[in-house]
Amino acid sequence: MSPTLPFAQVEAPTNYLNADYGWKSWLFTTDHKRIALLYLFSITAFFFVGGAFAVAMRVNLLTPEGLFAHDTYNKLFTMHGIIMVFFFLVPSIPATLGNFLIPLMIGARDLAFPRINLLSWYIYIVGGIFALTAIVEGGVDTGWTFYAPFSSTYSNTHVILAALGIFVSGFSSILTGLNFIITIHKMRCPGMTWGRLPLFVWGHYATSLIQVLGTPVIAITLVLLGLERLLHAGIFDPTMGGDPVLFQHLFWFYSHPAVYIMILPGMAVMSEIVACFSRKAIFGYNFVAVSSIAIAVFGFLVWGHHLFVAGQSMYASMVFSFISFLVAIPSAIKVFNWTATMYKGSISFETPMLYAFGFIGLFTIGGLTGLFLATMAIDVHVTDTYFVIAHFHYVMVGGMVMAYLGGIHFWFPKISGRLYPENWARFAALLIFAGFNLTFFPQFILGYQGMPRRYAHYAPEFQVLNVMSTAGASILGLGYLIPMIYLAWAWRKGPKSPQNPWNAKGLEWEQSPTPPPTYNFDHQPIVTEAAYNYSGEEHEVQIG
Amino acid sequence: MGVFSIFPVRASTSAGEVDALYTFLLIVGVGMTVLIFLAVLFLAIKYRRRSPDDPAPKAIHGSLLLEITWSVIPLLVMLVMFAWGTKLYFQNYSPPPNDTLDIYVTGKQWMWKIQYPTGQREINGLHVPIGRAVKLILASEDVIHSFYIPAFRLKHDVVPGSYQTYWFTPTTPGRYHIFCAEYCGTNHSDMGGWVTVMQPAEFANWLAGGTGGSMREQGEKLFQLYGCVTCHVTNSQGRCPSLLNVFGKPVVLDDGRTVVADEAYIRESILNPNAKIVKGYQHDIMPVFEGQIGEDGLLQLIVYIKSLSPPTPATSAVKRSSK
Repeated sequence: MSPTLPFAQVEAPTNYLNADYGWKSWLFTTDHKRIALLYLFSITAFFFVGGAFAVAMRVNLLTPEGLFAHDTYNKLFTMHGIIMVFFFLVPSIPATLGNFLIPLMIGARDLAFPRINLLSWYIYIVGGIFALTAIVEGGVDTGWTFYAPFSSTYSNTHVILAALGIFVSGFSSILTGLNFIITIHKMRCPGMTWGRLPLFVWGHYATSLIQVLGTPVIAITLVLLGLERLLHAGIFDPTMGGDPVLFQHLFWFYSHPAVYIMILPGMAVMSEIVACFSRKAIFGYNFVAVSSIAIAVFGFLVWGHHLFVAGQSMYASMVFSFISFLVAIPSAIKVFNWTATMYKGSISFETPMLYAFGFIGLFTIGGLTGLFLATMAIDVHVTDTYFVIAHFHYVMVGGMVMAYLGGIHFWFPKISGRLYPENWARFAALLIFAGFNLTFFPQFILGYQGMPRRYAHYAPEFQVLNVMSTAGASILGLGYLIPMIYLAWAWRKGPKSPQNPWNAKGLEWEQSPTPPPTYNFDHQPIVTEAAYNYSGEEHEVQIG
Repeated sequence: MGVFSIFPVRASTSAGEVDALYTFLLIVGVGMTVLIFLAVLFLAIKYRRRSPDDPAPKAIHGSLLLEITWSVIPLLVMLVMFAWGTKLYFQNYSPPPNDTLDIYVTGKQWMWKIQYPTGQREINGLHVPIGRAVKLILASEDVIHSFYIPAFRLKHDVVPGSYQTYWFTPTTPGRYHIFCAEYCGTNHSDMGGWVTVMQPAEFANWLAGGTGGSMREQGEKLFQLYGCVTCHVTNSQGRCPSLLNVFGKPVVLDDGRTVVADEAYIRESILNPNAKIVKGYQHDIMPVFEGQIGEDGLLQLIVYIKSLSPPTPATSAVKRSSK
């Protein structure tokens, strides 16, 4: 009867979600939070496309004879790798949680270059469209590693189109990294010194360095691959005096550091979760912060450990092996410090913390098996087998995806203004942990027994372990679907979240409304204490 | 091999050594994993929040001593892994300088072609005797492959445009998988075969089976067919170096460098003679054979050229370069 009564506005003050409506307000937004959501929906779509390929692969591997034709299987693992690495893992945490949280955490209104931020999403989408077109047109069969001369001369599939997709999306990665670096340098609010930065921000700073310095190299490599394929330039083709191993050097010069692009943001999320649910300052803040930078720097010097059996000089291999061991130290430091943070804490077991436990366990296994691969005589036997597959899935899926899901749950109230159903979430976290281990642990054993990777058919003695792995993958797949469902439900129907449901420290929780308004803060935030000051100390203490 | 045995069957001298190192890594790896799991479990239970109103615990900001401890101890353990792994890698990747049984392997999509100096040829099959160091010279006709025998714990990529070597000493008679471990296209997963390890007497019998001429004889025919014989044996009139007693010896090049005339050098000098000219000879005299001779023929030619340098005590003293 009284249409002038603004009922909805009384319930919900203006925030970034309800400030504007309609598709234009999303596709032309320059708000880092909305762009983060654009990324969130896009990478989730890619995750399920890549996941569908994985499911098809595991079905094929139920029997030694396989189900699909060889070419079909070869395309499945190639597209699984390309989609998951370049269109899910690389952007995953930085482009979603990083994009959403970095300005909030440092007390800024937005990133330094909001329009470039939107541009980077469009570039990512254009790259993604190229990659999806390559799939629809019939796929690619080179493996995500594109080794020459197979990719440059022999493959008859859509190599150029897929490479173009990766080339283009690389610019998105570079722009995001650049935006983060400048934002972190120039836009910290009063009192937010480098020593008070949340470790989430430190982790993203290190990640951004790699994105800016490493990604141009993969772009050049893919251009050379295109020149070779289209113009027969003779760079990698030995019949024209080229060197196929040169491609591997160039490829891994980016792609090994890219592994750290994929794990450092996961470590960044871990520090926030462990501190909050232990109600403690992070043990050894300086060491955790500096170890991220150390990983980024040393990560550029280990690419040759992918070439121990490729005919690389034995002395070069020796140096790469040594540095590969060194890069394990900063990773170990992080794990030890998170564990020590729990000492004499007050630990609670909400879903984000369950994912953090999962991360510590699975990343430890992934990291330690990395030492096996750095040990050259062992690498000779297990490289290009399922041992390697298991190792990097423990890091990428066991580590990164666990941290990603932990982060999504931790900041879901901040992002959506709603609470998710805790018991469903705990159940899904446990299911994912169990399914993950059943999928990938048998692959370590398969690898040492000698089953090579990228095999559409395999020797019959490998079947039992492959069936276990496929069984695990079905549990894991179910585990990933459940959060999709309850988070979508909670976004609309979940109970409203208070401003700081976890009683967490940090500007994003303490000084910004939930969900945040378009310009993040109602008042200029000012920082007067160290990060993670859960115990309410009045004086800052510096260790090391 | 039991399904749940973590070790595949061992059939070469290197297998046991790699397994010993693997066992060391497993002990360290499992030990560390258990330690961290127990620590997390213990801390999570002991310091669980008992009531939502529990006061915030006192902050502990860190300990330099602990940071140093948990950096230095892992570093020391890793140095052991590094040293052990590197020593074994150098050993497993450096073939003994002489008295090896040389076998020539060509990978192509999607098969392994194997030639013995005595002329036998096999597809996807390799026969070797126990107790003898076997050296494989690996070549590829197309893309990169990887020659992998899990029972020996060894693999090596087969890179087109170069020769790679792979050596082992078999210990246990039996039949073991050969896999291609580097993805090479459509039928990659079917590019496998079997290595048959035999008693020496059995192997001698197997080798005595009929052939269409030894590799050396076939190589000699090619040597005449391509006209190499006109310059490279006798009466070279200063146009090109004689190939008698050259193989395995150092050669001085016109730019002053010294290389060893090994398989890779001979291959390069056939395909692209101008790449490394011997001191005192001119460029562009010899035709370029790039694209003219297949990998099989090249290997036959190399076996023939090797035979022009019969082993003497002097040659065996020459240490080959590792590549």
